[in-house]
Amino acid sequence: MSEKEIKNLEAIFEARIARDEKIEPKDWMPEKYRQTHIRQMSQHAHSEIIGMLPEGNWITRAPSLRRKAALLAKVQDEAGHGLYLYSACETLGISRDELYEQLHSGKAKYSSIFNYPTITWADMGAIGWLVDGAAIINQVPLCNTSFGPYARAMVRVCKEESFHQRQGYEIMLTLCRGTEEQKAMAQDALNRWWWPSLMMLGPTDAESIHTEQSMKWKLKRKSNDELRQQFIDQTVPQADILGLTIPDPDLKWNEETGHYDFGEIDWDEFWQVVKGHGPCNKERLGARVDAWNNGKWVRDAAMAYAEKKEANKLKQAI
Amino acid sequence: MSSTLKDSRLLENYILTIADNSLILAQRLGELCGHGPNLETDIALTNISLDLLGQTRSYYQYAAKLAGDGKTEDDIAFLRIEREYKNCLLVEQPNTHFGYVIGRQFLFDVYHFMLLEKLQNSEDETLAAIAKKSIKEVSYHKRFSGDWIKRLGDGTEESNQKMQEAINDLWRFTDELFYMTDAENAMVEEGIGIDISAFKESYYSQVSEILKEATLAVPENKYFNKGGKEGVHTEHMGYILADLQYMQRTYPNMQW
Repeated sequence: MSEKEIKNLEAIFEARIARDEKIEPKDWMPEKYRQTHIRQMSQHAHSEIIGMLPEGNWITRAPSLRRKAALLAKVQDEAGHGLYLYSACETLGISRDELYEQLHSGKAKYSSIFNYPTITWADMGAIGWLVDGAAIINQVPLCNTSFGPYARAMVRVCKEESFHQRQGYEIMLTLCRGTEEQKAMAQDALNRWWWPSLMMLGPTDAESIHTEQSMKWKLKRKSNDELRQQFIDQTVPQADILGLTIPDPDLKWNEETGHYDFGEIDWDEFWQVVKGHGPCNKERLGARVDAWNNGKWVRDAAMAYAEKKEANKLKQAI
Repeated sequence: MSSTLKDSRLLENYILTIADNSLILAQRLGELCGHGPNLETDIALTNISLDLLGQTRSYYQYAAKLAGDGKTEDDIAFLRIEREYKNCLLVEQPNTHFGYVIGRQFLFDVYHFMLLEKLQNSEDETLAAIAKKSIKEVSYHKRFSGDWIKRLGDGTEESNQKMQEAINDLWRFTDELFYMTDAENAMVEEGIGIDISAFKESYYSQVSEILKEATLAVPENKYFNKGGKEGVHTEHMGYILADLQYMQRTYPNMQW
């Protein structure tokens, strides 16, 4: 294809996106669009799968049968999200095995929030309330993103995430209406998860390398800083209802802007965790690599068995 | 009056011999969540765990109602001492590798299905209703674990070896499934419980058929282990309970 022809295709492609048409897997797309989507969607899928670990950590210790069942179901939802995001990603011409390989080698990233430890039951509440809350803010705009399979996957993901968020908030509410010990447990969880949750919305706009292109392709509708402000404005009143204190002495309502002002985020911590040196990076990735390696003989067996069955069917047909 | 009270205690005990299997197996499967060989099996095993947990709750809620002393499903699940748990030894065995997970599941599912099939006709309406609901789930469990027995047995040389190892190790716990406790015998007399010992032969023939199809050898053990149904467990049980009961023991008398 000549350069002119490609330019022409690109112009048609950009015009389709501008008209809010969906791009489907078989449609022509610029290579950069394909790569960007593989990167973002796989990162999202990996986050779901790694995200199963910190919560999975409490399944055997959940404090009641009802909570145990709800937590199991939630972690299972995350596996389901991972499954259809990987499938959506595969429509762009990359296999799930290749995507795993990128995760296991450290080439692909996942949400840094999951590199923090879950050390008390209240962390199950805080993750649902704050982490899923921040995830929803990130993800709702993606229901209208330009790539069809991603947009459709996100509609379903967002519905389930909002259920998870309510469930998390309800755990917090129960703790805050409980004994002093329970309330202290809830406050401690908020103290530990607040700042990492703010960091989840990404580096500040000045540092964000992908924003402009992503805006054009509707992979992003608002900047990181706008999303962060939205998250804070929405979450502070929820903390008030719980009777918990947000661990930020600079947090206060600003009449003029109609938003909360907030304190400085520790970006050194953010980059430390992103670069692989957070409290649990090694454990999280290690658990995934172990599960994959330990499962190899099982996957091989399933493949060999399927091939034998197929061969038998052929024999019988002949 | 005293004879009714005695009967209801026996019925409670009978319920626990069924329900504790579901609880402890659900707990074991819950350990695996996020660590399966692929996403599909991870999701399937979590599903089974959720089914078993749902069944557990129905049984415990009924047992709590029978006890009538204000206890809840959670008191029964979390606040007994080890000797009071009535699950069989099989379900408490560890997730040594995926072959053990499948082997344990399969050896239990075949039994579980047979039990529920009969329990549907129990004179006790509540137990019959729980059995009717559960058997649909367990019929899927049995298919899932049976299919995997075949895949692993008749897959690769390595998988055959690993599956055989698990079956050989777990076989010694199968006989206990058919051991009848006093509570079970008493409930059989009432038309409430199932004389599961009568199904032993059929169990071994069903299991053997699938093992053979999976090109696995049927173990020929002379010796078996039992005790769980009388509350004498393997050394694994204490650690399962340490996890299971952690919150309730550390923070007593709170709402979650």
